[in-house]
Amino acid sequence: MEIFTQANVTFILAGFLKTLEISALAIVFSILLGTVLAMVKQFCRGRLSIFRWIVSGYIELFRCTPNLLWILFIYFTVKGSDVFVSVLAFTIFTSAVIAEIVRGGFNSIPKSQFEAAQSQGFGFFSTMRYVILPQTFRTIIPALFSQCTTVIKDSSYLAGINVAEFMFSAKVVMGYTTNLNQVLLLYGFVFLLYFALNFGISLIVRAYQRRLVAA
Amino acid sequence: MLDGLFDARRWNITLDSMGPFWDGFLFTLQVVVVGLVISLVLGTVLGVFSTTRSRVLRAVSRVYVEFFQNTPLPVQVFFYYMAGPRVLQAITGAPSPVRISSFVIGAVGVGLYHAAYVSEVIRTGIESVPRGQMEAARSQGFSRPQAYLYIILPQTFKVILPPLCNQTLNLVKNTSVLALIAGGDLMYNADNFVSTYGYLQGYIMACVLYFVICFPLALLVQYLEKRAKRKPRAKVIPGVTPEPVKEA
Repeated sequence: MEIFTQANVTFILAGFLKTLEISALAIVFSILLGTVLAMVKQFCRGRLSIFRWIVSGYIELFRCTPNLLWILFIYFTVKGSDVFVSVLAFTIFTSAVIAEIVRGGFNSIPKSQFEAAQSQGFGFFSTMRYVILPQTFRTIIPALFSQCTTVIKDSSYLAGINVAEFMFSAKVVMGYTTNLNQVLLLYGFVFLLYFALNFGISLIVRAYQRRLVAA
Repeated sequence: MLDGLFDARRWNITLDSMGPFWDGFLFTLQVVVVGLVISLVLGTVLGVFSTTRSRVLRAVSRVYVEFFQNTPLPVQVFFYYMAGPRVLQAITGAPSPVRISSFVIGAVGVGLYHAAYVSEVIRTGIESVPRGQMEAARSQGFSRPQAYLYIILPQTFKVILPPLCNQTLNLVKNTSVLALIAGGDLMYNADNFVSTYGYLQGYIMACVLYFVICFPLALLVQYLEKRAKRKPRAKVIPGVTPEPVKEA
């Protein structure tokens, strides 16, 4: 039986779109939350130290436990649409990773930038908004993009909780056939699409880095 | 949502049925060790390939690295699990699909996946060693393989150790992919417990056990990164190196 029928291909591509949707939302929210976490870990001193400790604990906890654990955990505890559950699981996990990336960016910025901003009368938040964050994000763009590919790749873990993303839909279609050649073709298709997406992103990163070196 | 989290009875039942958790913990550790060996050996070979003069070897390494880095590990593992037995049957001509144990799938799966990352780490390590080292070694009569083994690779250790430990940490976490194919590892057994009893405590125990493996690794990475940043200092040998100047 031929499995590359129009209905099946549409079904799989719908899964691919869902993968893109979940990854994109998860990355946007993770960058927002991760930046806040990084700022807390980097700048909460003195009486605010308690927040720094909490955030450090959060980051270590999620860096040292598998992604799949949190996907299953959130799936078990939170009720909601599959996109909501997936994005939530990926956001709490990825924000910890992004917080460390952003903090690396903070560390690469000379201290004089803070001092100069302060001497010009900028408060903490306007220093961040107008001086520090723009420079930070420029330096960490490559790391952020490679984190994007990680999220896209890891989103295939969601097949484990029956979210109809790319891998899951491909598996469903695979259930219709026992012909080895068809199965191999289908896997080839799945590998190819993931590869094209992630390789495309890494090509963009490389082009950006080359421009950065040239400048 | 988190009901029963502080229920003492549930905690007692969970702690009484820790058997599968420890089984899974040991299984995960075994997969980690074998997977790590595979990834280190293959990764080193591929990393050296990518710095040789042979265009073919460089291409082999490049294609391998790009493929494994840009496709998801779960998809690779599903492939070994679902198509692997029948592909092996077709290759070996066996009468029935060749059964592959979940241990082999896990170890080979994470091993091949992380070999790509290890290869990139080794490559950057080798590229960080000045070219003159290879030229000097060659001029002293070392063959190229000898020069790699005795001169180049030992010098890369300091640079590659932190990222290698980081890869080990990721490898540990990625063994949880076995839970997707009923692999009998820690994550799978924990998930099994949760779906049998409906107690959240199962995930928390798994979280603790993973943390126990990974947190020391994370600390090690931090320590090694700090050490790699320190400037190298000459060893003090009395009578040979100049005495450190005492400040008045």
